[in-house]
Amino acid sequence: MNSAARSISFHFFVAVFGLFMLYPILWTIASSLKPESEIFLNAASLIPSSLEWNNYAKGWQGFGTIGFNVFFRNSAIITTTVVVGTLFSTSLVAFGFARLTFRFRSALFACLLVTIMLPAQVTLIPQYILFQKIGWVNTWNPLTIPAFIGGSPFFIFLMIQFIRGIPRELDEAAVIDGCSTFGIFWRVVLPLCTPALITVAIFSFYWTWDDFMGPLIYLNNVKLQTVSLGLRMFADPSSVTAWGPMFAMSVLSLLPQFIVFLFFQKYLVEGIATTGIKG
Amino acid sequence: MNGEASVIAKEADVNRRPKRGWQSEAKKNLIGYSFISPWLIGFLAFTIGPMIASLYLSFTNYDLLSPAQWVGLENYIRMFSDDPRFWTALKVTFIFVFVSVPLKLAFALFIAVLFNSRHRGVGFYRTVYYIPSIIGGSVAVAVMWKQLFGLKGAVNGILAYFGIQGTNWIAHPDTALPSLILLVVWQFGSPMLIFLAGLKQIPGELYEAAAVDGANRFSRFVKITLPMLTPVIFFNLVMQMIGGFMTFTQSFLITAGGPLDRTLFYAVYLYEKAFANFQMGYASAMAWILLVIVSFFTALIFKSSSAWVYYESEGGK
Repeated sequence: MNSAARSISFHFFVAVFGLFMLYPILWTIASSLKPESEIFLNAASLIPSSLEWNNYAKGWQGFGTIGFNVFFRNSAIITTTVVVGTLFSTSLVAFGFARLTFRFRSALFACLLVTIMLPAQVTLIPQYILFQKIGWVNTWNPLTIPAFIGGSPFFIFLMIQFIRGIPRELDEAAVIDGCSTFGIFWRVVLPLCTPALITVAIFSFYWTWDDFMGPLIYLNNVKLQTVSLGLRMFADPSSVTAWGPMFAMSVLSLLPQFIVFLFFQKYLVEGIATTGIKG
Repeated sequence: MNGEASVIAKEADVNRRPKRGWQSEAKKNLIGYSFISPWLIGFLAFTIGPMIASLYLSFTNYDLLSPAQWVGLENYIRMFSDDPRFWTALKVTFIFVFVSVPLKLAFALFIAVLFNSRHRGVGFYRTVYYIPSIIGGSVAVAVMWKQLFGLKGAVNGILAYFGIQGTNWIAHPDTALPSLILLVVWQFGSPMLIFLAGLKQIPGELYEAAAVDGANRFSRFVKITLPMLTPVIFFNLVMQMIGGFMTFTQSFLITAGGPLDRTLFYAVYLYEKAFANFQMGYASAMAWILLVIVSFFTALIFKSSSAWVYYESEGGK
């Protein structure tokens, strides 16, 4: 086979398969714009006969008095808080493990690694009981506070690996200049960690925005619920009457993720490639 | 920075340190622990503490309202001898993990090898193929999948073009689990990117030498690519397997464990026991069995790795 034929067959296969991969997403977008009667009538079609933007307006109304603006606001507040908390705790802890010496450091580091592989189910129930006892059920605290104390061990590990790659000579130079340990962290190491911090921020954004089980367990009050739970209400077989608006809100819920992906693709791909993070 | 400066740095360091060793040692510990304290507190309060509590609860009956009652091994005995749904959940989860993980990794590797070429537009394709993975865990995708594979969904719409009468894939006992497996395999983007990064690390000379020896594409793949990628395969295998055992959202939202418990994932059954039936003791026992299973398979992969994972330098990694 000559190189032109090989190139054509490559592009043909990859493009067709790529279309196949994207089809479910394109179908959702198309369905969100189709008139109600058409969605399941000519289901496989990706082209609406007329553009029904009204689906978005109807979906935005939500249920009863709670519109999707409430769900989006809640999700935005929770996600932002978690991202800030994760960046705060992850960078401090990673610096401690990567640069400082203290007793039991290696033992604690081993604990950190093991917890990466710990199934969440093992701590789920006692955590729930704990949060219930201190009155945190039906507040955002169970979703946000853990990010400030520890966050995800995976992120800490990612940061440790990154900080280890920063030359130690820089720290030593800062010591000569009379920098304290915190000064080294804040003025020398942290600025150099920007790419890793962005990767951590993006993934913690994705995971929090997508999180379903956390809000499902801790938030019963509709006013506090997130986009994930709002969508689930839409999808509930007993309440579905309007498919168009449901698809419209599904598309909207994915929009922030798409935007972040478009702008930060480079960091995402590098983050996954270098650390093997799970997307 | 040159060597001279770092010698000076060391001297400055020595000069500034207090004379008594234990005091500087204590100070170092204090500084170190203040930096890691956010994690340490969380680790004790949200991981170790709950793990011990969960182990204790697994030997009790506890419904959140009345105090926990010690029942010894009763939860475990009941689980293994008197709960057919526990065995169903185990079976479903095992099928799911051992079908979806190899399929997903095979797809990821195949596409990664395809993309590890100098064709134009590879970067764009890579982005397209990764998109399902970014949104994969969301409720929106679960909702979408349910409609896509429904009786009047797009999948049946396409099949109708070929004159095939489809069924409701989500509601049929034989096709419900395969539909969920397909959803997970569809999101092969992350392992694909990790494989791609691994492929880029393989030195080109190896292939050139093989080409000189007259090795064809297939034997180059089997003799060079696969062995050199084993560390990456190992890593992907561990992470995907652990994730597979914990899968919850897809089954919970799309099939709700049904039809006829055919998609009753372990995590879904555990959730049902804990938060629908409020059998916190029983659910804790289930969580510990899950931990044992996951640890067992992780250990198995680690132990077996010396036989099949190839590290270029001894003592490296």
